[in-house]
Amino acid sequence: MRFLPLQNDDRSLMMSDIGIKDVEELFLDIPSDIRSKAISSIDLPEGLSELKVANTLKSLSKQNISCDDYNSYLGAGANQHYIPALVNYIISRGEFLTSYTPYQPEVAQGTLQVLFEYQSQVAKIMGLDVANASLYDGASALAESIAMALRINKKKKVILSGNIHPYYLETTTTFIKHLGAEIEIVPFNPYEEEDLISKIDGNTCCVAVANPDFLGRVSSFNGLSEKCKENKALLIVTGSEPLALGLIKSPAEIGADIACYEGSGLCGKLNFGGPSLGLFATKKEYMRQMPGRVVGKTCDKNGKEGYVLTLSTREQHIRRDKATSNICSNAGLMATAFSIHMAMLGGVGFKNLAKLNHSKAVALYNGIKDAKNVKVLNKTFFNEFAIKLNGIKADELIEKMMEKKIFAGVTLNKFYKEHEDILLISVTECNKSKDIAKFITALLEV
Amino acid sequence: MLIDEKNLNKTAVDFPDIPDFDSLLGDARKEKDLELFGLSEPEAMRHYTKLSNKNYSVDGNFYPLGSCTMKYNPRVSEELVNLNGFANIHPLQPESTAQGALKLLDLTASYLKELTGMDACTLTPSAGAHGELCAIFTIRKYLESMGDAREIVLIPKSAHGTNPASCTLAGYKSEEINTDETGRIDLEGLKLRLQKNPEKIAAIMITNPNTCGVFEKDIVEIAKLIHYIGGLVYMDGANFNAFVGKMRPADIGVDAMHINVHKTFGTPHGGGGPGAGPVVFVKRLEPFMPNPRVVFDGEKYSLKDEENAFGRLRTFNSQFSVIVKTFAYLISCGLDGLRQVSEDAVLNANYLRVKLKDTLHLAYDENCMHEVLFDDSNLKEIGITTLDIAKALIDYGFHPMTVYFPLIVHGAMLIEPTETESKETLDRFVDAIKEIIFKAKNGKTDEIMNTPITTPVQRLDETKAAREPILNCFCK
Repeated sequence: MRFLPLQNDDRSLMMSDIGIKDVEELFLDIPSDIRSKAISSIDLPEGLSELKVANTLKSLSKQNISCDDYNSYLGAGANQHYIPALVNYIISRGEFLTSYTPYQPEVAQGTLQVLFEYQSQVAKIMGLDVANASLYDGASALAESIAMALRINKKKKVILSGNIHPYYLETTTTFIKHLGAEIEIVPFNPYEEEDLISKIDGNTCCVAVANPDFLGRVSSFNGLSEKCKENKALLIVTGSEPLALGLIKSPAEIGADIACYEGSGLCGKLNFGGPSLGLFATKKEYMRQMPGRVVGKTCDKNGKEGYVLTLSTREQHIRRDKATSNICSNAGLMATAFSIHMAMLGGVGFKNLAKLNHSKAVALYNGIKDAKNVKVLNKTFFNEFAIKLNGIKADELIEKMMEKKIFAGVTLNKFYKEHEDILLISVTECNKSKDIAKFITALLEV
Repeated sequence: MLIDEKNLNKTAVDFPDIPDFDSLLGDARKEKDLELFGLSEPEAMRHYTKLSNKNYSVDGNFYPLGSCTMKYNPRVSEELVNLNGFANIHPLQPESTAQGALKLLDLTASYLKELTGMDACTLTPSAGAHGELCAIFTIRKYLESMGDAREIVLIPKSAHGTNPASCTLAGYKSEEINTDETGRIDLEGLKLRLQKNPEKIAAIMITNPNTCGVFEKDIVEIAKLIHYIGGLVYMDGANFNAFVGKMRPADIGVDAMHINVHKTFGTPHGGGGPGAGPVVFVKRLEPFMPNPRVVFDGEKYSLKDEENAFGRLRTFNSQFSVIVKTFAYLISCGLDGLRQVSEDAVLNANYLRVKLKDTLHLAYDENCMHEVLFDDSNLKEIGITTLDIAKALIDYGFHPMTVYFPLIVHGAMLIEPTETESKETLDRFVDAIKEIIFKAKNGKTDEIMNTPITTPVQRLDETKAAREPILNCFCK
């Protein structure tokens, strides 16, 4: 088998050194009837050559239609972006790809420095003091943020905006169910502005909002952080499109104590939703309550600067049942990709990419805003907005558009059964202007 | 260097001029531009290539990190995940256009069920610890459906820290159980414990083989005892590489087990992640496992939510690319290959055991499974520590073993060679350790305590890092 260096003569020599005649003697601690059962019961094919493996996967991949095959306006938590080739080249280098969590800093300075730079970039983008070295994804990062707020602020009432991505809400509810919180999710209503402020009182532990929110709306949340402060409640800002932060106020600018976003859209391709990347940042005063790995700068015994994993007394391998989180493996390689992309964009490029996205979304909006058969629900948006259809269900529209090789968007019905006529449309730099024009025509004709 | 004031205006990405337009950002519009350090494209290439050269990796170095299963990662997988039909598909596109992806998820789950003898499988968890949490949430939901979630989860002292941390998140109190003089669960102690308040015990979490590298021989009896009191048996599958195709967890009484595909099934670890932590279950737990599930109705595949599920663990279905790599690995090896993988992994570990047992002190002097555990009881007289051996190995081009874990062994050195190392590599590793010990015994302890010297930095001040945390370039 091609992954195994040992040959039979190696095995014989090694067995003789060990003092056994058959490798089975090393498995004697497993009861023999159990071993026999495994031999007789497991029914799987023999191994395949690399060529056959490649052919098998190619044929499976061809049973999918991709967002490159069709013009895609799919978003709702995963927006398609173009990532410069250098990013994937670097993260494919074995030195980054095939190393472990950097427990031994002297032989992991590459990974550690990249993560330190990543933490610097994430902190800057969020406008907050410190970031960790990544969490699994946006949804679980929100869950961890709430759990952290519960540790800091020993109150129970957790208020979640209904405009947060429904999968984030579901994940968060699942995750914090047993931590003694009282969770209040504001009912989702795509037609009205949400009133969060009146729900905050002295018992409120934390409030979480999304920016942009699930429908793509952006806000400065006037008065929200003041009300939170008055009531000593922590403000958490989340979202799935951190690129918006190139044009809209950062979480810190709207008064956030904790920010958590999905970062994978800026790391690589869509990949059917995974691997993902949870961006996480907070204020310095809460640093020791953060979940996840953190890289810090220090020096070696000669005074030379270097990087290490630090603040590990928060973590499961030291603190066990009292750890701030159970997380061990995180999204290291995705964080690396994110960091490389951010370094390639720089502040200038980040803003330009955000502006390009917004301009394309505005172009689509302008093309349909006066139409009779569709109504844009958003007053504000970054690169995604919701339209209400007239006389056709979103599902039917999606089917019709597929005949034109267009993925028209995501139906809200997928998340909220009662909303059958609302379609969520995302526009990014990947959508060519002439395709957007065609999409407008197609939408107007429906 | 990336972090430099003069890089604030640089970029490696060119954009077209965007004509003026009326923005629709409302009052959310940012007033002050975001400042990020940038690099031109050639500078970016140089910066990251140089950084990559400061890492040890499985590609370049023997990496015997115990309990991490750092095996070779097949490169064909990296190409295959980038196929258009995998890389550019959206998690919410119509299911009729993602049949290949859903089928791949279903096939992977079938392989994992077959190898473990279990009835159900979720591919949702993002990593091993996430898988543990998933299993405990599922167990909790099942017990709740029976009328009582119970309060306590039993965990051996040798367990990974993620086990008790996951229990806390699921609202359980974790209680440590003792190990015996062979590193295994103290069966008599467990029996006594189970007499105290059996009705409060929800489950036991067992790593098997355990973190001492030995198989829990009493596992069948332990499982029976736990089942007798109405509890469930969760097995931490971090060490699955020791028995793939040689034993099915279902046959020893396991009710749920997570699988670290980034360990056992050859997907790369990426310097910390992404991993994936599928969990397999027996039939009675299936209704309670997380959403979404991949369902096949005989004609087409779809993702479905089930009412009894304990909930959702992540935004979208799975760490999809990681699962693609898992599937590629599974069909590459096949059943014959997978069995050989485990046999060679165990053979390699035992070879190191016998070759090193007169140089280092074995924590438990008996056959091991896929990793071998030494302690530091013979190092004090020589005048060096476990850490010194770890650091000295670096100058020989080897990544250190896992050190100071498991916690139940003093100065632990946990060595897991994996099956993808040749006898020659193992021999060179043995020689290096022998040479380190020889040097230390012959008055060169200072030299060893000064290692590593071949690396970009020498031993780093970790106390300073924790006391005065500098977590980014803006920290004072």
